[in-house]
Amino acid sequence: MVNSSLLTVNDLRFERDDIPVINGACLTLNVGEILQIEGPNGSGKTTLLRILTTALQPSGGEILYRGQILSECRFDYLSNILFLGHQSALKLTLTAEENLSWTTSELPGSVSIMEALEQVGLRGYSDVPCHKLSEGQQRRVALARLLVTNAEVWFLDEPFSALDKQGVQFVEQCMERHVKGGGAVMLTTHQPIGMEPVRRYSLVGSSVGGGF
Amino acid sequence: MNWTWFYRMGSPLWFYQSTSRWLPLLSLVTLVLLVAGLAWGLGFAPEDAKQGNSFRIIYLHVPASFLALAGYFLMATAGAIGLIWKMKLSYIVMKCAAPIGAALTFLALFTGAVWGKPTWGSYWVWDARITSMLILLFLYFGVLALQYAFHNQEAGNKASAVLALVGTVNIPIIYKSVDWWFTLHQPSTIKLTSAPSMHPDMFQPLLVMILAFYFFYALALILAVRVEILKRESKTTWVRELVEQASRQKIGAK
Amino acid sequence: MPESNRGFSAYFRRDLLLAYRRRGEVASPIIFFVMVATLIPLGITPEADSLKELAPGTIWVMALLATLLSAEGLFVSDYKDGSLEQLLISPNMLVMPIFGKVTAHWITTGLPLTLASPLIGLMLSLPSVAYLPMMAGLALGTGCLSFLAAIGAALTVSLQKGSLLLTLIVMPLYMPIIIFGSAVMQYSIDGMAWSGPLAILGAMLAVAIALCPLAIAAVLRLITIN
Repeated sequence: MVNSSLLTVNDLRFERDDIPVINGACLTLNVGEILQIEGPNGSGKTTLLRILTTALQPSGGEILYRGQILSECRFDYLSNILFLGHQSALKLTLTAEENLSWTTSELPGSVSIMEALEQVGLRGYSDVPCHKLSEGQQRRVALARLLVTNAEVWFLDEPFSALDKQGVQFVEQCMERHVKGGGAVMLTTHQPIGMEPVRRYSLVGSSVGGGF
Repeated sequence: MNWTWFYRMGSPLWFYQSTSRWLPLLSLVTLVLLVAGLAWGLGFAPEDAKQGNSFRIIYLHVPASFLALAGYFLMATAGAIGLIWKMKLSYIVMKCAAPIGAALTFLALFTGAVWGKPTWGSYWVWDARITSMLILLFLYFGVLALQYAFHNQEAGNKASAVLALVGTVNIPIIYKSVDWWFTLHQPSTIKLTSAPSMHPDMFQPLLVMILAFYFFYALALILAVRVEILKRESKTTWVRELVEQASRQKIGAK
Repeated sequence: MPESNRGFSAYFRRDLLLAYRRRGEVASPIIFFVMVATLIPLGITPEADSLKELAPGTIWVMALLATLLSAEGLFVSDYKDGSLEQLLISPNMLVMPIFGKVTAHWITTGLPLTLASPLIGLMLSLPSVAYLPMMAGLALGTGCLSFLAAIGAALTVSLQKGSLLLTLIVMPLYMPIIIFGSAVMQYSIDGMAWSGPLAILGAMLAVAIALCPLAIAAVLRLITIN
């Protein structure tokens, strides 16, 4: 049977100090999909993303990428994912360009860094050390990462936080373009997404929540 | 090969129940060995030609230093098993072995100092063995401090396990280096523990004491692990039943 | 296929660049090294003969402390700004970036120490015959010190008061290095062949290079992200 899902998660479990945080989560992520992970604070949304990016080891369950167990296709999987977390992962003493060239050295892309910076509205700031940028501007440099790589699967943890309406629109546009072009996005957010179609997965009781 | 026996041993409940059966016998054997060894060594063994009665401290010093080192390896092994097989019981053993080992190391150092005074006139001598023992104590302190520094119990366990393993790799290097350093600076000082050249009448009680200390270590470790198991599994049914049973007995006794 | 050497040079160069941009911070352990050297004559005695005896050990103790001081920050800034997490999910092997970072740390700590040591030797009346052995020993030994300190840095990266704990953890592991390091100098002063202890230092460095990055990678994967 051909497995058409990009990512399949079966019975994922995670415990922290003997307290179950994720209890048998099952979900799939397909090409062209945006999956929103729902749940109140502390329900394990960030933990789930971290497990799926392999930063954390689960206590049980399996993760399949294109039908293969993750441990067997680690390199291919990790070369095709991008993670954007709460922290910007920016080196503040380096310039925006230097920071982004860091990302492209590991996950090469087709859009140049200058182009990407222009699209986030930071043209001319490419050689400014990031500590001289405002927080909003730093966030935009972090978002520029979405443009410079060709990674297939995006894992976004609260991508709309600390963004103004323009910023939110930009991220939504990026996501739409990405999934139309054959990618997939998994994100966590409190805010309602103003775009369709978005499938939702609720971590409360780890039952699949409402759909389209 | 069927490994279920190995995984069964990882169950805290199994550990608690099986040790409950053997604990009385173990305690008795330990007590007998300790009393016999101490009486023999402190009372009946002949006096040393050069050191008189003060040499008798070796009946505490030597077993303590054996167990201090063996205890470190046991702690590191428990940590390794915990890391590889993710066995919680193994981590509990490692956590409990650390203070016991550190206490024994301290005992070895203390008895060494007590021995040093009448023999060499000073409480502290930078002998190769004693110096190595001091570094071993520092290694124990590191593992203990790391264990308790983490809020997350699991992270603390893993960190201590890795540190214990790093320490294990380093212990032969450290011991050999200190030996080398010592011969470089003081080639002619008598070694504090020249066990092989002892008279059999003095050596035999020493063997009994070493055996007694091994049993004592096992007893102390098992008791500590049992307490830790009860603490960690306090929310499970079997622990709650035990507690209820114990309190009923107490009330009944009144 | 994972490219092994790219990780090394990329992180090596980046950490050097970061250190260069924060030159002031990075220079402080070296300044510490030199300043503490003046404490010995002030605190003990300025007599050349006594200083000569104390010099080898003193230089090593100070090199050790300076390395520990600068080691705290090895992984902390990456942990705080999320770069460490990105490192952990990178497709390439983890050991090479770690090797690159520790080597960069040595270039900003051990190498300047080695180069500044003749100055200290001068202040502590070290006999001239010991200068070359001192520098050779420091060059190799501080490499070991950097690698071992990196293990401590990785273990304590997520802790609040990590610095003191780092010192406590790493100090026992440093003892063999200080023994052989000062022996290199002592041998040369006593007229013996100092290549022996130096070779042992070299062997320790080889083992450290081979094993420490593995240990550090394991620690970072297991412990840092919760």
